Amino acid sequence: MLELVNLGKTYYGGANPVEAVKNINLKIEDGDVFGIIGLSGAGKSTLVRCINFLERPTEGQVIFNGTDIGTLSPAGIRKCRRRMSMIFQNFNLLQQRTALGNVLFPLEVSGTPRREAEAKARKLLERVGLADREGAYPSQLSGGQQQRVAIARALATDPELLLCDEATSALDPDTTRQVLELLRGINRDTGVTMIIITHEMRVIEQICNKVAVIDSSRIAESGYVKDIFLSPQSRAAKNLILPTTDSVDSMTRGTVLRVVFDGLNASEPIISNLSLECHAAVNIVAANTRAVGGVCYGQMLLRLPEEETAAARVKSYLSSRGIHYEEADENG
Amino acid sequence: MAEVFLKGAIESLYMVITSTLFAYLLGLPIGVLLCVTDKSGLRPCKAVNTAVGVIVNILRSVPFLILLVALLPFTRAIVGTTIGSTATIVPLVIAAAPFVARMVESSLKEVPSGVVEAAQSVGASNFQIVCKVLLPEAKPSLIVGSAIAITTILGYSAMAGFTGGGGLGTIAVNYGYYRYDDETMLITVAMLVVLVQIFQEVGMLIAKKSDRRLKITK
Repeated sequence: MLELVNLGKTYYGGANPVEAVKNINLKIEDGDVFGIIGLSGAGKSTLVRCINFLERPTEGQVIFNGTDIGTLSPAGIRKCRRRMSMIFQNFNLLQQRTALGNVLFPLEVSGTPRREAEAKARKLLERVGLADREGAYPSQLSGGQQQRVAIARALATDPELLLCDEATSALDPDTTRQVLELLRGINRDTGVTMIIITHEMRVIEQICNKVAVIDSSRIAESGYVKDIFLSPQSRAAKNLILPTTDSVDSMTRGTVLRVVFDGLNASEPIISNLSLECHAAVNIVAANTRAVGGVCYGQMLLRLPEEETAAARVKSYLSSRGIHYEEADENG
Repeated sequence: MAEVFLKGAIESLYMVITSTLFAYLLGLPIGVLLCVTDKSGLRPCKAVNTAVGVIVNILRSVPFLILLVALLPFTRAIVGTTIGSTATIVPLVIAAAPFVARMVESSLKEVPSGVVEAAQSVGASNFQIVCKVLLPEAKPSLIVGSAIAITTILGYSAMAGFTGGGGLGTIAVNYGYYRYDDETMLITVAMLVVLVQIFQEVGMLIAKKSDRRLKITK
């Protein structure tokens, strides 16, 4: 439904041109909840603004349902945007309009008759759980409620694609979970495709089926969330899943291993067994694992004993059990 | 004497309100134009922005009394006379419109860019953004601006007393300045002070009442 071909955006404003995004190639299918993750400054926000041409890309194409948006007239682009709406980190609601007025806005813009528009806006507010707050102004609503209004507004024109730019980054963990739950429900009910921009792995884990990791303006890797979570290839992906820099104390001696669990029986006490069988004490530096259906997934950073033979025994034990590992350096 | 004061006050009000109306009729579109053509605006256009900006700045930097005299032929051409309150409206509008334009521009620029972006993302045209986003969202700030504009115009209108502009200004000049009647001058000044207070306070009150951002959660 959406294809990005060699997309790039360079800013020529300052003394040196800045390449905000470069060589982006992505294919997003109908109904996908596609995550784009990266640290701040990686170029995620520019990328999403290039998709709906809030920023005009300087290279490449955005192909939306077979149409190259770059070839459209300004009016054509505006029409196209009604089919790919957007929600923002700071909600960006009209402060002088009520919740209902905000949801009505896109319908007024597209010239929907008032009566029909109001009925539709009310239905949308009900869908996001704010039926009783239609007369409230944004300043009277909590952050989570404001984002719900923004979601209702974004859905008002029946878009096929919803772009979410750090939609939950200004919200607390609990509210984040609820808003993501709402988005997932909407994806399930209406089949609207979503692109979720975030810097948080837990957002990706909670609702996305596919993900692209973006690092210094380029895509480092992309694919199904499960695959990337289990065996991240790029340094950026590894760092997002379990940052080494936070947890590895370089003053302490001994090699640190990044161990990946992907399908081990969750009931097996693997670290205890390792310790007993190898006669070596290992230290868990950091871990991000979970059991899904009795199977253990995730990663762990283990500090090996200083003694080299003991360290070698641990490595060979891991290999014999078919557990993937690699030495983690300071940068992951 | 009370009749003189009353007549002066009514004339002043007539001049001020009519001039403010016309000043906004001219200044509001110019302010919108300045905001829209700015380099971070909806439709950046450096040539238009600079040209309009320079004209606005020139008009704003001419002292009102000089503008008043310089515009006498123009005023005569439009209203047929150069004395009286109706004649004063012409220079008042010309002096206030650029000022109003800058006030409108700065009010519109206070609207967060994210809100404009949100409107663009649902396919709003620039015209729709000006009418449905910029102006309504800036309304409280625009009202505060108009209170400032109206009090400034009142001050200018008093200055027009020197050229026989009518209103309280003329009374102050004729009685106070030419006849050394301090009492009459002080009364007119006091009346001007009261008028300024009323316009300012009422303006702020309306602005506050209309601002939905300040309402407390029910």
